[in-house]
Amino acid sequence: MHTTESASPVSLQSEIREVLRAHARLPVDVDTLPDDADLFRAGMSSHASVNVMLALEDAFDVEFPDEMLTRGAFESVEAIAAAIGELVESPAA
Amino acid sequence: MSIAVDRDQELIGRVIAIADEVAAVHADEVDREARFPAETVAALREAGALSALVPETLGGVGASLRAVAAACFELGRRCSSSAMVFAMHQIQVATMVRHLDDAPWFQEYLGELCAQQRLIASVTSEIGTGGDMGRSIAPLSEAAGGRLHFTKLAPTVSYGAHADDLLTTVRRCEMAEQSDQVLVLSRREQTELEQTGTWDTIGMRGTCSPGFTVRAEIDSGQVLPAPFSDVMNQTHVPISHILWSHVWLGIATEAFERGRAFVRGQAKRAPGQPVPAAAGLSRVMNQLSMLRAEVRSALDEFERASEEPGRGRLGTMATILRFNNLKLAASEQAPLICSAVLELVGIVGFKNDSPFAVGRLLRDSLSARLMVANARIHDVDAGLLLIAKDV
Repeated sequence: MHTTESASPVSLQSEIREVLRAHARLPVDVDTLPDDADLFRAGMSSHASVNVMLALEDAFDVEFPDEMLTRGAFESVEAIAAAIGELVESPAA
Repeated sequence: MSIAVDRDQELIGRVIAIADEVAAVHADEVDREARFPAETVAALREAGALSALVPETLGGVGASLRAVAAACFELGRRCSSSAMVFAMHQIQVATMVRHLDDAPWFQEYLGELCAQQRLIASVTSEIGTGGDMGRSIAPLSEAAGGRLHFTKLAPTVSYGAHADDLLTTVRRCEMAEQSDQVLVLSRREQTELEQTGTWDTIGMRGTCSPGFTVRAEIDSGQVLPAPFSDVMNQTHVPISHILWSHVWLGIATEAFERGRAFVRGQAKRAPGQPVPAAAGLSRVMNQLSMLRAEVRSALDEFERASEEPGRGRLGTMATILRFNNLKLAASEQAPLICSAVLELVGIVGFKNDSPFAVGRLLRDSLSARLMVANARIHDVDAGLLLIAKDV
């Protein structure tokens, strides 16, 4: 398990991409998408997005609270990084 | 009393009168002949009820969703098909009103809808998507002169042949993924409807919902700007489940009232003697009160979540689960109530020509589990439950 405190933004995003590669079932290679690309538009289904969320919780040892569990919070690598960043910075939230 | 409350009361009063004087009168014939409840819809048009949810600034009634839900309930008691047509039309109107984003074409269209009381049908289901409304196969393609066209194979379009206009989900463009959808409003004169099936069903016969191949050519302004994924979670699904469940509650309430009338008749005929059906009626009342509580609390929660800026809560998984639960619970409870009433009333409830007949109510209520199949909703919920926290 990685400790995110020591992770630089670049490796945080590459870890997110690893999770997406394993669980998002995108019809394209995730590395061809920029950080701000809409993953749902790129073909991630709602069903796959749940698996992505589960895998992210596991990989980063966080729990996304309900108010964060929206389509918007997981729609791009950038958005996911922001969501994880928020949880890691304020673990009490 | 505030003006808003007056508006709501006036709408509900008019719809109750239409339910009693028009819908109830034709309900059996609509059912028997599987024909569109034209008289009820004409009366609703006359009353201006088709623009109930359009704000006054655009020429509508400006009624609340609560008032429209009450109207669905009242119509549901008298004629399920009329109620479902009314509910489905209101879902389309609510979708446009809540996601208008100042789109000029839609503002103008809503004005026309008010003036002409245009009836809108929904084309969300599509052959090949396995009942998943969140996916579309048919794309919006470019046509001559900067216009757009689509051809969609729909397994059911409720009152498709009777609608003035259609609100259809399509893939954003030929390159878009199936989940990248938009809503398109096409007018009847821009749309070709080719009927591909029949509608000889066991219930909800008057909704006249056969399959159609829908072809339309439209202007780019007729594409609702908001992505359907937002529209679906914030409006289309929760409002569908709320208005449908009010229709089903209306059906179940009518069944209960027929059972009650039967038991009272028995009691009056032999004063002081025990009425065997009375205890059954008490149990049905209990089932009905649980259904009513679920339907009402869902409406309360939706109103609260809608008032929050950005309506963010409506997009959360916990909230999606909540309104899916409403659909599952109401669609399963309503036929149980109708069938329990049939059992306590007995043979006079089984007869179609008795005042205690529950056959039509029971048959209509059976559609509830199928319009968006409950099995499909359970599959979605099972996935969401893995990740949602406070459900």
